[in-house]
Amino acid sequence: SLSLSLSLSLSLSLSLPLPPPSLSPPRHDLFGYVGIEAVLDQMRRKTMKAGFEFNIMVVGQSGLGKSTLVNTLFKSKVSRKSCSPNYEEKISKTVKLQSVSHVIEEKGVKMKLTVIDTPGFGDQINNENCWEPIVSYVNEQYERYLKEELYVNRKPRIPDTRVHCCVYFLPATGHWLRPIDVEFMKRLGKIVSIVPIIAKADTLTMEERQEFKQRIRQDLNANGIRVYPQTEYDEDPEDRILNDKIRENIPFAVVGTDKEHQVNGNKVLGRKTKWGIIEVENVAHCEFTNLRDLLIRSHLQDLKDVTHNIHYETFRVRRLNESNLTVHGLALIIVYTHTTLEFRILESPPESDLQYTVANTATASCFYSIL
Amino acid sequence: NCQSSIPSHGKSLQDKNARPLSLSGHVGFDSLPHQLVNKSTCQGFCFNILCIGETGIGKSTLMDTLFNTNFENFESSHFEPKVKLRAQTYDLQESNVRLKLTIVNTVGFGDQMNKQESYQHVVDYIDTQFESYLQEELKIKRSLHNYHDSRIHACLYFIAPSGHSLKSLDLVTMKKLDSKVNIIPVIAKADTISKSELHKFKIKIMSELVSNGVQIYQFPTDDETVSKINTAMNGILPFAVVGSSEEVKIGNKMVKARQYPWGVVQVENENHCDFVKLREMLICVNMEDLREQTHTRHYELYRRCKLEEMGFTDTNPESKPVSLQETYEAKRHEFLGDLQRREEEMRQMFVQRVKEKETELKEAERELQGKFEQLKRLHSEEKSKLDEKRRSLEDEINTFSKKKAAAELLQGQSFNTNANLKKDKDRKK
Repeated sequence: SLSLSLSLSLSLSLSLPLPPPSLSPPRHDLFGYVGIEAVLDQMRRKTMKAGFEFNIMVVGQSGLGKSTLVNTLFKSKVSRKSCSPNYEEKISKTVKLQSVSHVIEEKGVKMKLTVIDTPGFGDQINNENCWEPIVSYVNEQYERYLKEELYVNRKPRIPDTRVHCCVYFLPATGHWLRPIDVEFMKRLGKIVSIVPIIAKADTLTMEERQEFKQRIRQDLNANGIRVYPQTEYDEDPEDRILNDKIRENIPFAVVGTDKEHQVNGNKVLGRKTKWGIIEVENVAHCEFTNLRDLLIRSHLQDLKDVTHNIHYETFRVRRLNESNLTVHGLALIIVYTHTTLEFRILESPPESDLQYTVANTATASCFYSIL
Repeated sequence: NCQSSIPSHGKSLQDKNARPLSLSGHVGFDSLPHQLVNKSTCQGFCFNILCIGETGIGKSTLMDTLFNTNFENFESSHFEPKVKLRAQTYDLQESNVRLKLTIVNTVGFGDQMNKQESYQHVVDYIDTQFESYLQEELKIKRSLHNYHDSRIHACLYFIAPSGHSLKSLDLVTMKKLDSKVNIIPVIAKADTISKSELHKFKIKIMSELVSNGVQIYQFPTDDETVSKINTAMNGILPFAVVGSSEEVKIGNKMVKARQYPWGVVQVENENHCDFVKLREMLICVNMEDLREQTHTRHYELYRRCKLEEMGFTDTNPESKPVSLQETYEAKRHEFLGDLQRREEEMRQMFVQRVKEKETELKEAERELQGKFEQLKRLHSEEKSKLDEKRRSLEDEINTFSKKKAAAELLQGQSFNTNANLKKDKDRKK
């Protein structure tokens, strides 16, 4: 068979001069103070001025304490339940997602926090496909961002509504993951960072808790479910060590409350029962502080980065590939070059991610490069 | 991370959907700026400076002085036929901050007899870096957070210390570049101008820039922490600089200076020149802003123009917002039709070519066949001739052998007769 490589070129393609080589540039020692490290301060100032956005989704059956936990995490009434004046606890017939946003500030750092609630999840008799509205929501946010990013006239700051973290509430059964847990985490784990937690963990003893956690981890592994922090996104050995410690300890067993009690003369957040006070922020009692440290104090930026650099990019690749142009089974490769758009028809799709310069059309066309 | 993920300057977080809320305790997200900065520290920063100036004006020396190091430089000749740009990347580290610094120098700027094309190469270089970034951004499978950002963040324009005014080349070049890059004009070799001349010179330069509509980089004044110093510095532009890699002993310290018979010009002495101010502004106070402006203003402008040039818009002629899907479908349809037409053309051309080749080949074949026939004929002719000759030869041989046999016989007979006669003679005796 002939290998047709018809290049319909009407104009020359200019090959771009390469940018300065970045492979191992020579290391230069400075003879004295220059002031480069001041750039860290400059960055900090700018980010504080611009503020941050953080979108957290809570998923789990009703009654697992989702609203309470979120309120406890952020030490204010950020959940939807606490905001709606006439809120009635009703089991909704379908899974409806609802989000509420607040701006909170701490030591000059402003954060727009959006909590996305999923009432109705796992509450029906037949829970098949209850994850679908959630999957749609997550993808919709990626779609929205992509659209904004592709505008010719785009906003200097694209509003970020993408779900940075999805906290999945596991009931403290002490046994194994249930089918709904497996199904949900399997699907969502591919598109968003999932942080599973054991909710209302004060019904488990320490031994029961350890056993439960181990079983969950086994189950997660067996089902190929990836939860945050994912091993493949560890950037360097330091990261890996830090994240390994976290991975050995998930899912965190948490207890949430917004009530304060007196313990040993101090005011602590806790749940008062007849047999004692469960101190939420006491690591001996539950792992709330671990969760808070992970989500807020140490890995918040990382959660956002993973969402932006990995989940969003994966979505983008898939989405742009859906609009691929194929004619008679030949893969069309269109590449955007310096002056004109050109394309070439190849008999068979290429194996590697190469960019080809191709022919020109009279009118500009789509601007993809195909894998 | 050479492309920082800082949310850019723009509207603040307040919008109608988010209500402010107060916290009842310490949550801990005040560590966010630190989390962000730590990430960037690990990955390192990129900073790219473009130095434009005539050959020998002191660009390389100033870079050495600014970054307190010795970059490998070599002097350029004055006989370059065209303006070239030479880029070199260096890995610098100060405490725990790693900086990937790229210095781009113009080579041969202002040396040509005809300087009309001088600025074009610079503009092209800057555009090329934007183009690289844009291409990466438009790829399907892209890795922006690993991308080595080569876009120029700051352009130091070296003005010759004539003391009078800007050269026309300076004005034209800066005008072409002001919408593409952050221009910071500096007066080079400022130790050749006296203080009063310098003051007048600076005023003249700034007024010329203003009257020609050249927009140089303004140090930002919106952040209270730095607005005071930035405002002050904006009034001192252009910076009069002196560079030196040599050190002279002043008192009991070694300082960077230039030694003349009439005195010593100390580079880091603010009374002698504005070098310290330049370093302060360029690196210590505004490096991040320079990077941000490049990305959010200059790059966006380039991207917008480029995409519009290619026919992409956000709204169709009726000013209705065009959805991505619609645009692609429409263009795809157009493109497919076009493609099919071309395919047909190609096919026909191909068929044509095949026919031609076929006839050619047939022609050749016929020729070959003819030749073969001819040769064959010749060969058979030769053969029959040869056969004839052989036959005649054989005949001759036969005749000859017959004659020979006959002759021999005769000879034998005569010999016998003689022998008999002799015998008879002998007997008779």
